[in-house]
Amino acid sequence: MTRFTFQIDGVEITAEPGQTIMEAADEAGIYIPRLCDHEGLRHQGGCRVCTVKAGGRSVAACTQPAAPDLTVENETPHINKLRRDLVGMLFNEGNHLCPICEASGNCELQAMAYRLGMTEPTKFPYLEPCRPLDASHPDIALDTNRCISCGRCVRASQDVDGKGVFGYVGRGIHRHIGANGADLADTGAAVTDFAISAEVCPVGCIIRKREGFTRPIGERDYDQHLIGHEIEKKRDE
Amino acid sequence: MEQHPQSASDQGQIALICARHDNDPHRMLDILRDVQDQFRWISRATMQTVADQTGLTQVAVEGVVSFYAFLSQEPKGRITIRLCDDIIDRFAGMPKVAEAFEAALDIAVGQTSANGAFSLEYTPCIGLCDQAPAAMINDVVLTALTPEKVRDVVAQLKDGKRPEDLISDQFDDLPPHARATQMVENNIKHAGAVLLGPVPDNAGLRKALELAPARIIDQIEASGLRGCGGAGFTTGRKWRFAADTADDRRFIICNADEGEPGTFKDRVLLTERPHLLMEGMTIAAHAVGAREGILYLRGEYVYLRELLQEALAARRADGLLGRNIMGIDGFDFDNRLQIGAGAYICGEEGALISSCEGLPGEPKTRPPFPVTQGYLGHPTVVNNVETFCHAARILDRGAQWFFDMGTKGSHGTKLFSVSGDCINPGIYELPYGLSVRELLEMAGGKDAAAVLVGGPSGTMIARDTFDRKLTFDDLATGGAIVVFSSDRNILEIVEYYMSFFVHESCGYCTPCRIGNVFLQKAIAKFRQGLANPTDIAYLRDLSATIIETSRCGLGMTSPNPILSTLDNFPLVYSAMVKPPQDRLRATFDIQSAISDARVLAKRRSTIYDKDFGK
Repeated sequence: MTRFTFQIDGVEITAEPGQTIMEAADEAGIYIPRLCDHEGLRHQGGCRVCTVKAGGRSVAACTQPAAPDLTVENETPHINKLRRDLVGMLFNEGNHLCPICEASGNCELQAMAYRLGMTEPTKFPYLEPCRPLDASHPDIALDTNRCISCGRCVRASQDVDGKGVFGYVGRGIHRHIGANGADLADTGAAVTDFAISAEVCPVGCIIRKREGFTRPIGERDYDQHLIGHEIEKKRDE
Repeated sequence: MEQHPQSASDQGQIALICARHDNDPHRMLDILRDVQDQFRWISRATMQTVADQTGLTQVAVEGVVSFYAFLSQEPKGRITIRLCDDIIDRFAGMPKVAEAFEAALDIAVGQTSANGAFSLEYTPCIGLCDQAPAAMINDVVLTALTPEKVRDVVAQLKDGKRPEDLISDQFDDLPPHARATQMVENNIKHAGAVLLGPVPDNAGLRKALELAPARIIDQIEASGLRGCGGAGFTTGRKWRFAADTADDRRFIICNADEGEPGTFKDRVLLTERPHLLMEGMTIAAHAVGAREGILYLRGEYVYLRELLQEALAARRADGLLGRNIMGIDGFDFDNRLQIGAGAYICGEEGALISSCEGLPGEPKTRPPFPVTQGYLGHPTVVNNVETFCHAARILDRGAQWFFDMGTKGSHGTKLFSVSGDCINPGIYELPYGLSVRELLEMAGGKDAAAVLVGGPSGTMIARDTFDRKLTFDDLATGGAIVVFSSDRNILEIVEYYMSFFVHESCGYCTPCRIGNVFLQKAIAKFRQGLANPTDIAYLRDLSATIIETSRCGLGMTSPNPILSTLDNFPLVYSAMVKPPQDRLRATFDIQSAISDARVLAKRRSTIYDKDFGK
């Protein structure tokens, strides 16, 4: 298989046939913002935060194949405006009250807002869901009012843990994460599952009991670095 | 949590239903439709049984059940009445009809009667706008309803009559075509040369079988035929892409999930031209090298099931489907009927394939495109009912005959379904290239103030542009022409269509799932007179984001009702906005904002709390 080159924001990078724009960008140390995508999981293309302009068309970088000589726009004012709108929608769809959320500082939604320069409320209305908290499981709690429907837990449980603890239920604005049973205690979920691990849920929806605030605010992931730092530092090396 | 007791015999029945569909998870929609019909709901215990039989998880089954509007997680009545909630039905008197149902049944819309006899609910457009207000009563449809008719219908049903008996005392003895046409008028107002005029049986198929498959595709390409479902992709190219794949299993799928509000042309083709449709599918199968086909019928058209099954059976008996079709050795093709369960999004090509696979009707990631990796990962041609019918006629009469009709880039004829404020609603088969004004003259729409071309995903135009042409390059349409007189409130229409898109968004991607809700709320502000001048820019700005970032055609077109009325009816919006007074936003209502706190603090207001002192 012969590698080919294409451009992201004027930087020439190489890709293998079959790679998506995001996969090639990650390898080259160029960060394309994303929320529903996570390394090691199938691409979903649902959050649309990774929207880029490729050859003049707006596409999701996580699912769009790279192609020879493609010109991709990633960090332009226009694309970042779209991303701010999408992140704003996700904030207002759920109840994201950062000051009282255990995930604050480790939260990818919050970190993405900071990266995109969102410093004040948007014009969007708040939808204020009030789904019941599922605290049935001895080690895990689930607050789907903070869910951003990224589906990372669904894919992690299905494909990595081989369990299928989570799934999407409902349609449209009512679509949300459901447990494979009457409640979470009724499933085979274990706190040791990859799906339950800190890296899978980007927000404060999946909560591991008895480990709240083990790392103080101010010392958390995105207190140290911008989101995307892990990928961007590859380029500096 | 709820754990519905499930008897051993129920469990056995459910297992039997699953077995009838080979315990195949790809037949999940068939299984769940059968369970719903027999038990009138799908409990958690039932989902577990279905999951066990098909090798899925319970939550995967729940994902399907909760996606489709006609599947229910709560017990429904023995008779479920679904009132068509389309704006045309509302304007035709549905509110009074709904009231009459509520009064006669003594339940509100959304409820099931205590004795489990009746459920009453709303459903989006059921494809009967030309004879609104309409309703589905289980698998039967009733049209042109009035409050008097409703009282009579409910009285008969309460007397123990079946919904079928409302249509005819001899319903069971009627042939399927008579059953369908006694329920629903065809309303063919103008028959054109291609589809609704005289059509000889299987003439196109006979000629196609004399040609090499590649030559069939040449003919279709040369005819200029483009997809008639709305998107207008070149049919010949689609067939060629699929034919050129290396896979030896390929599929032909007919999209009969006509759900765009105001569209009902496929209903008439399915009723009057089922053989022509299947002939077209068989020609496509021969051209592309497919052995298997699926006819996906929207759940709202379930009343056509027997008619289509009869046509399929007749064709099998006549050697027109099955093995060695028309005696040609090795030309095998057969069709199965897949019935949907209430989801507009399934009209989208990828979502339709997902639905055929037994999944929630979510669009698929593109690329790969269905022509290379579609149903179960195999190359799949998905075409609209009308497209297949045209293809059969093109093979009979020749590509040039078809090409010469219409205009450059838009060849042949098109079925238009005209409804709303006009004297002659119904089906018009006309060559492409007519102006909206000409069509309005034919349909008796002389009071038209606004015409929605292509349904809510299309364009709403005003009187000053009625000379625009019905072609792919000017006003493209899958068939819907909805006429509104000057008595209608544009913002009411727009708000309805936005609520439709909110209801029908699959929820997979952020902009369509959430952005449409925000648009709907913004339009509500305009209607309530609470919008300020910056809200016009907000509507445009939010619409642009939704269109640019959505994953499929639904989100890429859902803001169109707003954008096309902002462009063509700007005064409607500017008349409704007020500059903010005293630097307070008009939408900010301080009394409602603090009402919860007042209740908690037990500081009630004699002025603002209407229930004070009660």
